[in-house]
Amino acid sequence: MIYAIAVFAPLFGSLIAGLLGPFIGDRAAQAAAIIGMVIAAICGPLALFMLVAFDTAPSGVVSLGTWIDVGRFHVDWALRYDALSATMVGMVSFVAMLIHVYSVGYMGHEHRPKYRFFAYLSLFTFSMLMLVTADNLLQLFFGWEGVGLCSYLLIGYWYDRPSACAAAIKAMIVNRIGDLAFAVGIALVFFKFNSIEFPSIFASIGLHQADTYDLFGTSFPAFEVIGFLLFIGAMGKSAQIGLHVWLPDAMEGPTPVSALIHAATMVTAGVFLMARMSPLMEFAPTALAFVTIIGGTTALFAATIGCTQTDIKRVIAYSTCSQLGYMFVAAGVGAYQVSIFHLITHAFFKALLFLSAGSVIHAMSDEQDMRRMGGIWRKIPITYTVMWAGSLALAGIFPFAGYYSKDAILEAAYAAGGVGYYGWICGVLAAFLTAFYSWRLLIMTFHGAPRADKHVMAHVHESPLVMTGPLMVLAVGALVAGFLLKPDFIGEYWPEYWGLSIFNGPDNHVLHAMEELPGWVGLLPLLVGLAGIAMAYWWYMFQPGIPAAMAARFPAVYRFLLNKWYFDELYNWLFVQPAIKLARGLWQVGDAGIIDGMPNGVASLAADGSRQAVKLQTGSLALYAFVMLIGVVALLTIFLMFG
Amino acid sequence: MEAAAMNWTVAVPEIALALCAMAILIFGVLRRQDATFLCTMLSLGALLLTGVLVIGGQTGAGFGGQFTADAFSAFVKLLILSGSAFALLLSLDYNEREGLARFEYPVLVLLATTGMMVMASATNLMTLYLGLELQSLALYVLAAFARDTLRSSEAGLKYFVLGALASGLLLYGISLAYGFSGTMDFAQIARILASPAHASAGLVVGLVFILAGLAFKVSAVPFHMWTPDVYEGAPTPVTALFGTAPKVAAMALILRVMIGPFGHLLPHWQLLIVLVSIASMLLGSLAAIGQNNIKRLMAYSSIGHMGYALIGLAAGTHAGVRGVLVYLVVYVFMNLGTFACIIAMRRQGRQVENISDLAGLARTDPGLALAMAAFMFSMAGIPPLSGFFGKLYVFLAAVQAGLWTLAVIGVLTSVVGAYYYLRVVKIMYFDEAQPAFDKRGASLSFVAASTGLFTLLFFIFPAPFVGAAEAAARVLFG
Repeated sequence: MIYAIAVFAPLFGSLIAGLLGPFIGDRAAQAAAIIGMVIAAICGPLALFMLVAFDTAPSGVVSLGTWIDVGRFHVDWALRYDALSATMVGMVSFVAMLIHVYSVGYMGHEHRPKYRFFAYLSLFTFSMLMLVTADNLLQLFFGWEGVGLCSYLLIGYWYDRPSACAAAIKAMIVNRIGDLAFAVGIALVFFKFNSIEFPSIFASIGLHQADTYDLFGTSFPAFEVIGFLLFIGAMGKSAQIGLHVWLPDAMEGPTPVSALIHAATMVTAGVFLMARMSPLMEFAPTALAFVTIIGGTTALFAATIGCTQTDIKRVIAYSTCSQLGYMFVAAGVGAYQVSIFHLITHAFFKALLFLSAGSVIHAMSDEQDMRRMGGIWRKIPITYTVMWAGSLALAGIFPFAGYYSKDAILEAAYAAGGVGYYGWICGVLAAFLTAFYSWRLLIMTFHGAPRADKHVMAHVHESPLVMTGPLMVLAVGALVAGFLLKPDFIGEYWPEYWGLSIFNGPDNHVLHAMEELPGWVGLLPLLVGLAGIAMAYWWYMFQPGIPAAMAARFPAVYRFLLNKWYFDELYNWLFVQPAIKLARGLWQVGDAGIIDGMPNGVASLAADGSRQAVKLQTGSLALYAFVMLIGVVALLTIFLMFG
Repeated sequence: MEAAAMNWTVAVPEIALALCAMAILIFGVLRRQDATFLCTMLSLGALLLTGVLVIGGQTGAGFGGQFTADAFSAFVKLLILSGSAFALLLSLDYNEREGLARFEYPVLVLLATTGMMVMASATNLMTLYLGLELQSLALYVLAAFARDTLRSSEAGLKYFVLGALASGLLLYGISLAYGFSGTMDFAQIARILASPAHASAGLVVGLVFILAGLAFKVSAVPFHMWTPDVYEGAPTPVTALFGTAPKVAAMALILRVMIGPFGHLLPHWQLLIVLVSIASMLLGSLAAIGQNNIKRLMAYSSIGHMGYALIGLAAGTHAGVRGVLVYLVVYVFMNLGTFACIIAMRRQGRQVENISDLAGLARTDPGLALAMAAFMFSMAGIPPLSGFFGKLYVFLAAVQAGLWTLAVIGVLTSVVGAYYYLRVVKIMYFDEAQPAFDKRGASLSFVAASTGLFTLLFFIFPAPFVGAAEAAARVLFG
């Protein structure tokens, strides 16, 4: 019951804010949305607590009724109540509540009606909760598409900015590619299992292990195909390399949106999906190896780009991309618990970083370019402090949250061996770069000589309590989440904590193997992190000439990174331009030529016919009589031949 | 029908109308001057009287089965009488202004109407011919009534020559039918044809000739050639008459002949009617596109409308005949209204006939433009105007009878037709305004308004018309 309230309270908040917003005014709409979120943020963690602390609340399913019942295809509306879902509900509702509160302050200067913003935000939260509590793939897909829709609406929230509209459309389209694979994967699950309900899928995994799927005359193991398809869906939502291009552009939305959707919750849906489908993924080793490779590559690739970007939000966006790569590395080596652990800690410190960035942007009169910041750390001390906390967590410095979770991922990757080594190498390199760009960001933003103009500098001010409050709460989370959660999530109690919600195959001992690694493996990430920090200080604080010199020395590398590995240009050339050409062709040939052409042709045919039809009408009496006689003869002939 | 009884009382309306016509003729001759208005009024009275007699008249067969008064004939006769009466009303103003005010005009209309009524009641090939010729001879004269204008005399002559040819075809067909069946009585022919063995080649050839003769009267393709020339040349009120009452009479006759005596040959003649119908719809819609003269436009329009009406006959069912009759009702009134508007097109004492003369009518004469627009929309078959229902019933019958091709072609040609009807509306409402028309007579306004109301409001009370058509159609199917 509490669980259901946690899921549906945001929906009611959203409906009230969205539908009644124009009538009850902005303040009431905000209040409704926030009340809904507060209720959810109380009930969500409470439900989790009841599940793990007492055995009184049995894990199971909260059934809400039948959705679709056609032939063998049966889908219920139901909330799955197990450790994995409850953990996600607790995190999502809590973080979303903080971000709602923060938004009140951040959107304070917005001159347009704000109820729309809060309605979308709450609707997003509801969709996300539906996603994580789904008891079948279709409901999961419902939430999946719901968060995608809200993401689109919120990225394009400032709909009068062409760049925001373009970014919103880009997010929608890129996600469609992943979603298509996901939908096909769901269909294939139904095809093989005759059901898309998790309990019946997981119960009959053993029966279908030898199943194959025939495509183009080749047989593939069915689980591998499903695993690949689901992961491609996850790649779209979680912005993995190849389908990552929408995430940096999504920063066009208001900053709380970036924090909630594009850092803390929605983009982690792919990671959640891997954990949720772990009973199936465990039997798709090739797909899992692919997950590891993509994850490792993304972690490193996004980190390299993060080092050259100058937009404060884009830097954090690429870091999100990179951290999601870490999570997939963990999922790929079978350490789903570790990936969820990092997902949770990341939610805290990444939301914190984004919201702090928002606070900076707020202070700097909507300036987002770090090259026009600097020298403001004394003026906004709270923001500065919490940003440090977030950065320490991100860089994985003891005892912040990231230290525990990132460390665990790298250990798991190393312990898994094989393709895990690739993930481990990428991860370690990325850890160095992460620390480097985090401090690059800190130093460029807060230190050095002020580079903004005087008006802006004069207005720099600390954000109100409604914004700094959530920041401080999140900062505490970024500090303590790691060592508080570790014992339960991946430490000694993990089998009891996760129960049956996450499945590890009989040969999967990665979580045990992690414990028996040589000491340097655990220490290395911390060391490279510190090295990264040191290098950032050296390059940006003590010898500020170096970055420019390096850029001049290696222009090709610099441009390659600055232009984000030319992914956008490649896609533009490979897909967008051909699509535009195709569309233009369909328009000019198909629409204007054929679809318009046919009626036009018929019309001119009619006009021609008209000219022909009146040709006989010469006024000649003899001709008229002749036509009549011919007519009689023709009719007679027809009558006698066919009649 | 064996009864040889005279039973002449069934023909009382026709007899009364003929007597009235002669009386009015004598009155006009004696009066010599200023007789026209009075004669016209008397003629209207005579038409009204005849209408009353039709409504209250006896039903049954008379003259030894040559003449029958039944629900079908009553329905058709009332429609003919209203058509003639309105056409007569339209002539009042026009003839006065064109210097055609002669008392013979209403008399000729009465005589033609008498002929049409005989056609509607004919149950014998001879009666059929009698009525047809009585009607035709009067109409030939009417077409050439403006004898001093070249166009009118030309129209009269063309109509006469081609009409004579059509009569010849008809007579030849009648003689073939008589020769191969031994009877002229509809019921007898039907009885003979009931057994397929008797459907000799001579008889069916005769049927085709009879059909050709009648098709000429409704100006169905390929016997339509006279229509545009005669419509354009004849004085406009005469054109209005041509477009209505005679078409009704001839169509009724076709219905009675094809369903009655030759009903058993339906599978044989159905294809002919389908072809004639398709050809008429196609020509009617296509040829009208290029027209500038509104009377010629109406000529092609009427060819197309007859094509639509024939769809109902092609179906050969009770519903089809009902559809034809409803179509005729709708058609007569919207046609009369359109001609009322056309006759109102008079500028500086001269009749103008080009479509472009209507330009900007919406600003110079909004009432007339509105009426004309209503008629045009109705002709195009746009709901809820009456024209839509006319088409609806015949298309419905065609679909029920499985004649999908016919229905589809009908719909497609309606689309083409909509173009030139809507073009008139566009010219009236969106084009640069022309100088205003002369003040029109009250009779024109009356006709335009009453037929306009009928066209607009038909959808509210279609039941009595459809019901009467239903009853009339039932007669033919015995």
